[in-house]
Amino acid sequence: MAVKVMIPTPLRVYAAKKDSVDVSARTVGEALGGLTTAYSELRKHLFTEEGKLRSFVNVYVNDEDIRYLAKENTPTKDGDVVSIVPSIAGGCCL
Amino acid sequence: MAIKVQPLTGAKPPASLSNEEILRYSRHLIMPEVGMEGQLKLKSAKVLLIGTGGLGAPLGLYLAAAGVGRLGLVDFDVVDFTNLQRQVTFGTDDVGKPKSEAARARLSNLNPDIQIESFETQLTSENALQLFKDFDIIVDGTDNFPTRYLVNDACILLGKPNVYGSIFRFEGQVTVFGMPDGPCYRCLYPEPPPPGLVPSCAEGGVLGVLPGIVGSIQAMETIKLILGSGDSLKGRLLLFDALGMKFRELKLRKNPNCPVCGTHPTITKLIDYYEFCGVRGEEAPDSNVQVPEITPRELKSRIDRGDDLFILDVREPHEYQICNLNGHLIPLGELTRRVHELDSSREIVAHCRSGKRSAEAVDFLRKAGFRKILNLKGGILAWSDEVDPSVPKY
Repeated sequence: MAVKVMIPTPLRVYAAKKDSVDVSARTVGEALGGLTTAYSELRKHLFTEEGKLRSFVNVYVNDEDIRYLAKENTPTKDGDVVSIVPSIAGGCCL
Repeated sequence: MAIKVQPLTGAKPPASLSNEEILRYSRHLIMPEVGMEGQLKLKSAKVLLIGTGGLGAPLGLYLAAAGVGRLGLVDFDVVDFTNLQRQVTFGTDDVGKPKSEAARARLSNLNPDIQIESFETQLTSENALQLFKDFDIIVDGTDNFPTRYLVNDACILLGKPNVYGSIFRFEGQVTVFGMPDGPCYRCLYPEPPPPGLVPSCAEGGVLGVLPGIVGSIQAMETIKLILGSGDSLKGRLLLFDALGMKFRELKLRKNPNCPVCGTHPTITKLIDYYEFCGVRGEEAPDSNVQVPEITPRELKSRIDRGDDLFILDVREPHEYQICNLNGHLIPLGELTRRVHELDSSREIVAHCRSGKRSAEAVDFLRKAGFRKILNLKGGILAWSDEVDPSVPKY
């Protein structure tokens, strides 16, 4: 399934400055896996060392939060947009 | 589905507008969506702005212009020269003044008919509830995670709406938390990022006009809540990408298990938010890496002595163009890929703008086996202060 993954600004530097990446995936988990295979530096920003999605990073399929769907097992179909939306707090870092 | 907002103010609106007020707000009054009734609601509304910086600037200006009857401004910071790129309430003459006071003066000049109070204080768990209780709406214009969670929790505990906006470089988020049956900040982000994991100063900076746009949207949402008009952003997360000039919207659901606004809340009073965000104590990975250092003066004397030193600059190319020490540029984000450009038999001094990124670079290189590597303490900023003031600071 051809899926577009939207890359948020803070992470574009680790994805060759792209604002979106097209991947082939049947689930959200596969889409994120495809993304981090192509851009390995993204992995630590999205996932903990145990491979869990970081708690301050939300993922949406189209406009729905995957926490209210099937999380990383949420199925994706052709044309779906997977958005990564991390927590942001301002022009200054902590 | 459209969500209709109930007008918020419980108290009876003031009875009338003066002739001068009628003239001032005439462009509101001639709109059927506002009219005398709407303007009187604005006049009786009490809005507290947390932060009078990038987001607070358009917020304060537009809420004052609209005739919000009582505005509170909370900020403990002082106007800095670098703020003027985006904090448009301030002028060059305000540099050095407390922000809340400078903002108060500017907004009073814009609209002398409204009541404006400045609170030159840091918002804390000890004062938040007391400060918030006399206002109808709280607007979050802060720039750090601990305060955002504090504002959120205080609003939920008091039952007040929280008009939330946040920005990063050229991206923004806006929504309205704290509405009856609506989600709160913790529904969206149950936990903050640990310090040190958010992109470093290399990816920092902000397009000045971005908080102008996001703060204006927050002002619009605040006015709509007061008037009871239109569809608020309750339950919707508005995402703004300034470079692509795209607005997107995501559904924001209320979490029934939310610890503060859920059906069985476990947080019933304000907590230590710095501890929650891991800013205190040992949970700060990488944010203060301990590495061998060299001061700018020591570096200068070694260079003058003719020592063979390799200067490694780990900043970004656009920073190199502002000023540089003729170092070899490898941006921190590329260091892993380009480490082969470095000769571990040579003595290397790594620097960045302030010493933070270069400390990470030195730490990484030491773990990669480099033994002769030092961090320039304080970075190029300290070099400018201590060795060569002709080097511009930025």
